Amino acid sequence: MERPLTRNIHPNRPALTLKEYEMTGGYAALRKVCSGMSPAAVQKLVADSNLKGRGGAGFNTGIKWSFVPMGDNAPHPKYLICNADEMEPGTFKDRLLLEGNPHQLLEGMILAAYAIQAEVSYVFLRWAYHKAAEIIRRSIQEAYDAGYLGKDILGSGFHLDMHLHTGVGRYMCGEETALLNALEGKRATPRAKPPFPQISGLFGKPTIVNNVETLCCISHIVNNGADWFKGLSYSEDSGTKLYGVSGKVKRPGTWELPMGITMRELIEEHAGGMKNGVELRGVLPGGASTDFLTTQHLDIKLDYKSVAAAGSRLGTGTMIVMDSDTCPVGFVHNLQHFFAQESCGFCTPCREGLPWVEKILWSLEQGEGKQEDLELLDMHTQLLGPGNTFCALAPGAMEPLQSALKYFRDDFEKHIHHKKCPYD
Amino acid sequence: MLTATEKKEIDHEISLVPFKKASVIEALKIVQQHRGWISDESVEAIAAYLEISPAEVDSVATFYNLIFRQPVGRHVILICDSISCYVMGYRPLRKALEEKLQLRMGETSPDERFTLLPNVCLGCCDRAPAIMIDKDLYTDVEPAMLDDIFKKYT
Repeated sequence: MERPLTRNIHPNRPALTLKEYEMTGGYAALRKVCSGMSPAAVQKLVADSNLKGRGGAGFNTGIKWSFVPMGDNAPHPKYLICNADEMEPGTFKDRLLLEGNPHQLLEGMILAAYAIQAEVSYVFLRWAYHKAAEIIRRSIQEAYDAGYLGKDILGSGFHLDMHLHTGVGRYMCGEETALLNALEGKRATPRAKPPFPQISGLFGKPTIVNNVETLCCISHIVNNGADWFKGLSYSEDSGTKLYGVSGKVKRPGTWELPMGITMRELIEEHAGGMKNGVELRGVLPGGASTDFLTTQHLDIKLDYKSVAAAGSRLGTGTMIVMDSDTCPVGFVHNLQHFFAQESCGFCTPCREGLPWVEKILWSLEQGEGKQEDLELLDMHTQLLGPGNTFCALAPGAMEPLQSALKYFRDDFEKHIHHKKCPYD
Repeated sequence: MLTATEKKEIDHEISLVPFKKASVIEALKIVQQHRGWISDESVEAIAAYLEISPAEVDSVATFYNLIFRQPVGRHVILICDSISCYVMGYRPLRKALEEKLQLRMGETSPDERFTLLPNVCLGCCDRAPAIMIDKDLYTDVEPAMLDDIFKKYT
């Protein structure tokens, strides 16, 4: 089984230096592209590979690139941004790639920038990743010194500058238009779309924002081809995927596996199954803003389409496991506290609705809940659902709530009837 | 007033963006790095330097979780209160932190040694629960480990 993204990453070993990366075949893809592949050819190759965005939305990366204006009349400078603001609770996959093999990311960024003919690139890194920040800063300098960044890269006539931006902590920064506002020095509130960033993004110029894991796939696709990338997968979504598991399992962690392995294989084999004494009750398959799946879904394939068919989203592919000792109401209250706090406050339903939901759940946990509260919660899952808010934050927050109300309704009712949390 | 060092660092950030105003977050980070927090005077100094209004600087300063608009202690302890840590022992850990430090969330100790703050996911969910002190990350933290950890911070 091939693991292109993590093959050269060994836990507890320092990040690969530029020299070490080159010894594993690094920057060969950039040399290949610079010695005669056109930007259009790179875009087509990536589109053909059916690489889908690994940040959560799952859109075809090459097609996303193809919306950028090209040619002599295109506005300049164009920007390529790596979204490394990994802040979805329960998500810890990009950290591995950033800390383990930084040049794999940088090469992917340079290739992506070449494909859209961007002149400036940023790594937008979340503040908490101090170790990654040091590594990326050092690696960017190494790449400049080696001629992989700067003027006339490898004699191709292509110029690219790269900067590291570390955030100051706000979940909204992960939303691509809010990220652009943060980079412009503003409050990280989302922008209206259209115009899409591909046309009018950072400082009003054409901009592509891609996730760390997405960008790390690019050099491998250029080296090995679209069909090879498709062949890595067990399903119609291509490639490998960094899956993660946290919660009360025997071996929590991150693994690069073929796209489309089953949830059972991931949790039982790779994560070692549940810790002794607890049972699995629910799984958020792709971070805090995805619908619960339960034991009846263990055999579904973990790809975009199959998880969607089961009523959830693959999201970031990092699962949070809820065990039989953990109160579902407390669990969901914790999630809603997060979303209420991280709401940017720009649109009313989200700003007012999420704290209301949080308070209702807290009163249930305190044994002060009433039957009508469940109707209020049901109502909010509609009012804060898709189409009623400016961005996807509140609808995302409603995903675990609506599915908890569906699968664990008994637990909510017990809190009301017993006037206390039955797990205390 | 900004110091010469602060101005020099901010000038570098200004050189990377198309207009001065775009470097306001970097300016806030730089001043906080030197002074520990962002006072009203710092907001005004940054505003004057970037030629925008203090209100505009403050709207940005108050939006981001890690820009401190109040004084903090010599060391800031962040405890992750997000979901994986919640499942793996955030509540007893928080209780132990509050009891050992005699602080509630948001408070600074009278000797200004520690400030205790809740924080969102630190991105190490496979090694939960986690805390971060200044730039140091601690994972799989149990209440019994806290005394030894605190010793490193005077």
